[in-house]
Amino acid sequence: MLRNSRTERLVALVLVGPFLAIYLLAFVYPTVQMFRISFTDAPLIGAGQWVGLENYLRLDNDPMFRRALWNTAYFVLMTVIPGTLIALLIALGVSRLKGRFQAIVLALFFLPYILPVSVVYLIWDWTLNFQFGIAMHVLDWLAIPRVPVFKSRVWFLPAVAGVTIWWTAGFSILLFLAGLRSIPAEIYEAAALDNSTRWTTFRRITWPLLWPITSLVFTIQLILQLKIFDQVYLFSIGGRPNDNMVLVYYVFQKAFQQNQGGRAAAVAVTLFVLVVVVSVLQFQLLRFAERRRR
Amino acid sequence: MNVMAAQRWNFWGGTITALTVVWAILWAFPLYWGVISSLKPDDEVVRPYIELWPETPTLENYIDALTTTQIGLWYINSVAVAVGVTVITIFTSMLCGYAISQLRFPGRIALWWLILASFMVPISALIINHFVLVANLGLINSWAGIMLPQLIHPVIIIVYKQFFDQVPKDFREAAVMDNASEFGILFKIYMPMNWGVTTALSIVCFIWTWNAFLWPFLSVTRTEMMTITVGITQVNDAFGVYYARQLSAAVLAGLPVALAYLFFQRRVTEAITLSAGIKG
Repeated sequence: MLRNSRTERLVALVLVGPFLAIYLLAFVYPTVQMFRISFTDAPLIGAGQWVGLENYLRLDNDPMFRRALWNTAYFVLMTVIPGTLIALLIALGVSRLKGRFQAIVLALFFLPYILPVSVVYLIWDWTLNFQFGIAMHVLDWLAIPRVPVFKSRVWFLPAVAGVTIWWTAGFSILLFLAGLRSIPAEIYEAAALDNSTRWTTFRRITWPLLWPITSLVFTIQLILQLKIFDQVYLFSIGGRPNDNMVLVYYVFQKAFQQNQGGRAAAVAVTLFVLVVVVSVLQFQLLRFAERRRR
Repeated sequence: MNVMAAQRWNFWGGTITALTVVWAILWAFPLYWGVISSLKPDDEVVRPYIELWPETPTLENYIDALTTTQIGLWYINSVAVAVGVTVITIFTSMLCGYAISQLRFPGRIALWWLILASFMVPISALIINHFVLVANLGLINSWAGIMLPQLIHPVIIIVYKQFFDQVPKDFREAAVMDNASEFGILFKIYMPMNWGVTTALSIVCFIWTWNAFLWPFLSVTRTEMMTITVGITQVNDAFGVYYARQLSAAVLAGLPVALAYLFFQRRVTEAITLSAGIKG
């Protein structure tokens, strides 16, 4: 078929133009700038001198950066694996229910995910409040001494991880449910005819067929939690943020509280590279898994 | 399957269902507790025992929150920013997704790969340079400044492109034969076909923007320009230790998105699974 390719190009330009303009301004340009200023001693606003790799070399001997890295890793460990497993368990339970009843139960699990982080923060800050929180009444009743959860160095990150799982599980549950729905019923019927036990059915059918979704949920969670900031910042209000330092918080502190744009950018680049590496690994892994299945 | 096995199956099945329901109730309990606490008068909130229903339910905390803080202004800011981001993002993404899917132009493949690649980039690593950019444009403490970095949602273009790809090519070719204008084709033929996706994506884009915290928190320094998600955490002093008032502010902040979800449950879940790359 004959196409008037000149008009087509012009139309394409008009259609792509608005997005491209925003994309170059708010995405490509800041990304390039982030790399550039990470090699300078620039403050937050304003120019700086070229310092080469100094900002990166400093990170090597920076105890706070090391703490941020460790805490981020610790947080990721405490959210990603338990979060994925809990979401899978819930999805398995919910998938047994039918119709309207299923919609209601799913909504109960999903609602937290739809809420802003600050609402999640206020609700849990209240629930776990040392003096009046309902969770402390439960601890009293179980004769366990009360814990000032968000003021405690030991309990802070595990508690924030728990709240984060509660907040974000809805998303993973949804993906698992979509995955469970795509497993043909006939396979289960065949298993039932074989008198296969519940555990065998899960191990031999559900788990392997669900694997692509499991790895998807796992990596989405991994990337999301590497970028942890909001909850750590909010629960640290009035506490000791330096004890609970995580990577994005460190970028924020260096840039916005200590006015060291260049050094903050070096931390940001580290995070950037970390997330891109994980994403690429995930992509390769999925491709590998797909090729193996064929 | 013999009778014994069937009975065993049903017993365990029933147990699992019961456990799921109990778990769901416990899961949602903190939400219930937050709402109930916001309806209690000050002295009832801090009672040293568990009171599952307020003795004297009151809206006093809500009235206090509305009159003693700038929550009204924060609401306006949140609505303006969320609507602005949603309209601009959906519109530009749809046009771009259509062009990549249906038109042939130089740089098309490169653009597509650029969009796919940006999917991997953590936006929160860009906060420093977003701040510098927005400050240089003089947009700190403005709606436009809060909106600008939030306009990047590559996933919406990806979903649109995949949907336009599914439309048979004959549609476009027939329309071109009829001398329909390019824009006529997009708005009269393609857009109505994707109406469901557009609504679904708009709702989640609104929810995402409403819920955004990090960037609105950084780009606003004046209390009256805050969005509601930032505002309710930044002015604790105004509340003192009045937990109930703080919780009523939280309920007010969460209500629009919770209602959006409850009204459009199917659309929201559809859009969220789509945005994760799964066909729902």
